[in-house]
Amino acid sequence: MGLDIRWPIGIMFTLISVLLIIEGLITGPSTKALGMNINLWWGFILLVFGGLMLMGAIRGRKNKKEDGK
Amino acid sequence: MQPIHLAWVDYAILIAYTVFVIGIGFALRGYLKTSSDYLTSGRSIPAWVTGLAFMAANLGALELVGMAASGAKYGIATAHFYWVGAIPAMVFLAVFMMPFYYGSKARSVPEYLNMRFDYRTRCLNSISFAVMTVFASGISMDALAKLLNLLLGWDYNFALLVTSAVVLIYVLKGGLTSAIYTEVLQFFMIVLGFAPVVWLGLKDVGGLDVLKQRLANVAQNPAALSLNDKTFAPDAWSSAWKPLLAGPAHNPMGVDVFAMVFGLGFVLSFGYWCTNFLVVQRAMAARNMNAARRTPLIAAVPKMFFPVLVILPGMLAVALATLPGKDYHLPHTAIADSAFAPAIADIQAATPATADAAFDKISADAGLKMDQTKVTAIIKANSLAPLSDQELKTELQGAVTENYYNGVILSLVKRYCPSGLLGLALTALLASFMSGMAGNVTAFNTIWTYDLYQAYMAKNKSDRHYFIVGQATTVVGIILSIFCAYFASHYSNAMDIIQLVFGFVNAPLFATFLLGMFWARTTATGAFFGLLGGTVTSALFHALTIATGNTPGLKGGYLHVVQTFPSEMAQNFWLASFAFGACFVLTLVISLVTKRTKSDEELKGLVYSLTPKLKDNEQHFLLRPAVLGTVLIAGCIILNIIFW
Repeated sequence: MGLDIRWPIGIMFTLISVLLIIEGLITGPSTKALGMNINLWWGFILLVFGGLMLMGAIRGRKNKKEDGK
Repeated sequence: MQPIHLAWVDYAILIAYTVFVIGIGFALRGYLKTSSDYLTSGRSIPAWVTGLAFMAANLGALELVGMAASGAKYGIATAHFYWVGAIPAMVFLAVFMMPFYYGSKARSVPEYLNMRFDYRTRCLNSISFAVMTVFASGISMDALAKLLNLLLGWDYNFALLVTSAVVLIYVLKGGLTSAIYTEVLQFFMIVLGFAPVVWLGLKDVGGLDVLKQRLANVAQNPAALSLNDKTFAPDAWSSAWKPLLAGPAHNPMGVDVFAMVFGLGFVLSFGYWCTNFLVVQRAMAARNMNAARRTPLIAAVPKMFFPVLVILPGMLAVALATLPGKDYHLPHTAIADSAFAPAIADIQAATPATADAAFDKISADAGLKMDQTKVTAIIKANSLAPLSDQELKTELQGAVTENYYNGVILSLVKRYCPSGLLGLALTALLASFMSGMAGNVTAFNTIWTYDLYQAYMAKNKSDRHYFIVGQATTVVGIILSIFCAYFASHYSNAMDIIQLVFGFVNAPLFATFLLGMFWARTTATGAFFGLLGGTVTSALFHALTIATGNTPGLKGGYLHVVQTFPSEMAQNFWLASFAFGACFVLTLVISLVTKRTKSDEELKGLVYSLTPKLKDNEQHFLLRPAVLGTVLIAGCIILNIIFW
């Protein structure tokens, strides 16, 4: 089906990761999360995940072009 | 439960998700040309997407919440719902059944039944399934609206209508593809939203060794947490098989090994995963036969490891509740608003001298188990200096000991998630509620449009016509779901009866498919009356048996109690086993005495022995379904041995 789902997944999680990283930088470590800056760390993990999805989507588009579609 | 305060970042995440799912619907709109694009995704989706959707379609929020609840109540044995009750059936579907579903070009499970048998079985299956999907999505939406009301203070009606509107927009625009894409999104939301909660919980408890040692304490005295009245061997919460093999009295589920392996692992599990159109529809939307067969296999991989995300939190919660200094207790059930007045009147009427007698009445009026010492203390305090109604309410609620298991997962989210992560976890939960509705609505659409409308009401119309009917059905399906949500919130008893009836219909279903697919001699009449007979058997079985501690009535035994089971779960598993057996034998016998109406030629592609074997040789050895399936089963066995 026309739309490659990796685009929305990639963009959405990258966006959320940025939100979490900003929140983490503003508020710092949280006592709730056992004294860790969980927003910052988890934000980075989401950023990596979102980035991987976007890379897959870009590669998928290239392959499609090469196939001549 | 105390309301949660959400910060801007939490709302931003929630809104981002909503915007994306609606955006997906709009982005897909342009690709939908025919009714089959709308209702079956035009069979064009890659296997990894249908695979994750296959898994996520079953991963409704009620499942998420319920598995954590069972993890707390029963421990690691809950994983049997995955390792015994899902993986083998998913492999069977991929290797043996998918060739017939996909190869027959049927657009739905009931349509396959029509091809294999006749209109009667199709009609029975499609009507019961259509009604069931509407109720299931209604129950899901009711639970979501209640949760938003409780958690965020949103108005129930507002929450119900807004979430339904979101689902309506993206399903209406993007059809089944939209629902499948959103399920994949939801899958990642759940994994990435709940993983940090589990990780923090494990860290807080002090690691796996402490967890195991704490669970041993829990097992030896589960009454301390009001989990169970009995006591068990230390490994009852941390071993999956040993307590089960020791017998129903030695495991908190109260289930014997036959009921677990045959009732759950074979009858219920194969009946659900191999015949339920909600999940099978995902595989049918795959772009080719190989992708369709790989769909359940791909789904099985995350399924195998999901207990870490959904069951472990429940186990962590009970462990945490036994750790002094952690200041955590399992959430307790809230006293119903209408029950406060009589309970308060009881307190005011009681004196310290009559406290013992009053306690039973107070507990009965509140409808919950309560702590006698605390209630006595309230009576004493009130007789010295009368407390206000508000104070009495707070005190009474504090004396409740009955656990609210469905609140376990949320209590952990609240405990560990600062703003930001909180938004992510709540969005994951919201996502799974909404996709639960979307999944049911899309299945309802296809069944209604193809199996009821096209088959019985308006044959031979243009494709455009069915496309429009499909879209109209989406709107109707959502409106019906909203009605069902209100119905569920007002008549929870009626809802229990309805679900019970669906249980009766579903229990024998797999026997019909098994005989139909693997025995060419099975006749249409045999299948139809076998299925009816199986359904009647389950209803009868339910009317004649009961679980310990239940009173005859809705919970069974209303005709006469012939057999008492140690738990409702055992009763349910045995019911399924009997219904399956009855359906199997009846179908077999009736088929032998009735004439076949379909020739071998007509059954080609529908029955195993009459269909040319698929050649897997062209595929890479490791990608062949049989090889993948064997690897998955082996992995599953290893997991079972590790947690033996």
